Amino acid sequence: MTKRLMRGNHVLGEAAVLAGCRYYFGYPITPQNEVPEYLSGRLLDVGGTFVQAESELASVNMVIGASMAGARVMTSSSSPGVSLKQEGISYLAGLELPAVIGNMMRGGPGLGNIAPSQSDYFQATRGGGHGDYRCIVLAPASCQELCDMTFRAFDLADKYRNPVMILGDGMIGQMMEPVEFPAAVDLATLPVKDWALTGAKGRPSRTILSLLLDPKVLENHNYKLVRKYDAVTRSETDWETHLTEDARLVVVAFGTSARIAKGAIKRVREMGLKVGLLRPKTLWPFPSQPLEELTRVVRHLLVFEMNTGQMVEDVRMAVKGQADVNFYGRPGGVVPTPEDLAHQISHYYYGAHLDEDGGSKDRLVGGLS
Amino acid sequence: MKQVFTVPKSLKPNVFHYCPGCGHSIIHRLVAQAIDDLGIQERCIGVPPAGCAVLAYNYFDVDMGEAPHGRALAVATGLKRVMPDKVIFTYQGDGDIAAIGTAETIHAANRGEKVSAVFVNNGVYGMTGGQMAPTTLAGMASTTTPSGRKPERDGAPLDLTQMLAVAKGSVYLERVAVNSPKNIMRAAKAIKKAFQVQLDGLGFALVEVLSMCPTNWKMSPVAAAEWIDKTMSQVFPLGVIKDETGYEAREGKAS
Repeated sequence: MTKRLMRGNHVLGEAAVLAGCRYYFGYPITPQNEVPEYLSGRLLDVGGTFVQAESELASVNMVIGASMAGARVMTSSSSPGVSLKQEGISYLAGLELPAVIGNMMRGGPGLGNIAPSQSDYFQATRGGGHGDYRCIVLAPASCQELCDMTFRAFDLADKYRNPVMILGDGMIGQMMEPVEFPAAVDLATLPVKDWALTGAKGRPSRTILSLLLDPKVLENHNYKLVRKYDAVTRSETDWETHLTEDARLVVVAFGTSARIAKGAIKRVREMGLKVGLLRPKTLWPFPSQPLEELTRVVRHLLVFEMNTGQMVEDVRMAVKGQADVNFYGRPGGVVPTPEDLAHQISHYYYGAHLDEDGGSKDRLVGGLS
Repeated sequence: MKQVFTVPKSLKPNVFHYCPGCGHSIIHRLVAQAIDDLGIQERCIGVPPAGCAVLAYNYFDVDMGEAPHGRALAVATGLKRVMPDKVIFTYQGDGDIAAIGTAETIHAANRGEKVSAVFVNNGVYGMTGGQMAPTTLAGMASTTTPSGRKPERDGAPLDLTQMLAVAKGSVYLERVAVNSPKNIMRAAKAIKKAFQVQLDGLGFALVEVLSMCPTNWKMSPVAAAEWIDKTMSQVFPLGVIKDETGYEAREGKAS
């Protein structure tokens, strides 16, 4: 199959169409405007529907309606716009409706700026809206992965009847890379949604609602959601390790940060430093278990994020005090260079004397038993 | 023997939870009757509001999907765009459609979404206990305007339906009431017409229904019905606000 050189935001749009999405509702905001611009034309070519709504609020509620009707549907935005969508995302979770939400993060808080940032990790992984719920969060680190994760997002949304967020940033959305697209999903092969509101013809009428006035009934609904989230955690947690086999220090980073980290690790490896990378590909569910297992052999972690320290809290919870967890981050849309990070890594590495023979004690080989 | 009255097929056999003298029960009946008359029960999807009618899905025997407060017409847009052959209606109160959902309402009308909206105006936030609504009349007491609504402080009552008339996509807007048998018959006709407009694919249709809330108005049901005639309909006059359906011209030609 041939590769196509495409911008990330266009990749998100094209992959959505190939994954069977025929409905998109959105509102302009930089740096993701190329998503609605692309889909405004592309969806018409395949008999789909594009609506530029009056607000992010309206667009996510149009998504709710289209999802109730059983369609594969998507919206996208960037940080301030995703804040506005949180009401609808809470309802999607409560109503158990599948939907895909793209967030190409920018600097915040408030209006912030339009530069790439990872400032919405908390918002994405903690729910963001009101109520006791989880949103599945996928974090692509390349245009190819953005494509593949878009397909996966629609499948996960349908499988678990849950909103799925693709958490990129201005860098992922704007950069151009060659992408190989999988074959288009045949909509006829997708499982029938026997819960959709299609009109009560030949069956009793249906309701889709999240108002459960009896506390016991709502509690049961909450526990049902918890069982679903447990199933997602067991089956869908995804991560990548890179050069961790002999590592005495492991960088933990996602998305754009992980790309920068790979560049930095290449540089420090050339200096003889034994450094690896663990990259969460799902931010929720978070790869807590592999991180905890890693601490049996590696006692030094450096969490690197383009914010002031958000994922680092999940890393600390995962390793339960069994590793020294350091943090380096740059907020506000500043994108650190691999050299910046390499400097931080080597500072930490030498400071912890990981270069000395004694450093081997920090890698407890055979310590798994 | 000729049957002259029955419970509409599109109503479930449940007892309404509404207060004595509340207009919702009557309006539910009229909507269900319209659905029956047009034979669209099997392809009808309703979107209930947040408000007293939030439990409307306990009464309408059609598919129902709950919207967040004020977003019913956005949810309806999503449903209709996926299923243009289905009949979508929203059922919304004044706070829902004319305060928190103003943007969704105006833009659904402006896009000419082919959906039917039933807008129940009782001038008060009923379910939350009688706070000021966008449609609360000047001087009218509410739990958040205990000494009466003062336009210079609280804004004047908002005539949303008039505002929708300037939207190019709205084709049929009428204000009716359910406080007397005569007005109920007129309301029945208007609601059915709002569905017909959708079936004919003409554009956005909305019927505003002035409805009694004796509980929060602190009146007897009879006094509440009279108050609509004497006071409320002076501020919100009954009648057709916009009609670009062409139905009357067609009927005129036929006769």
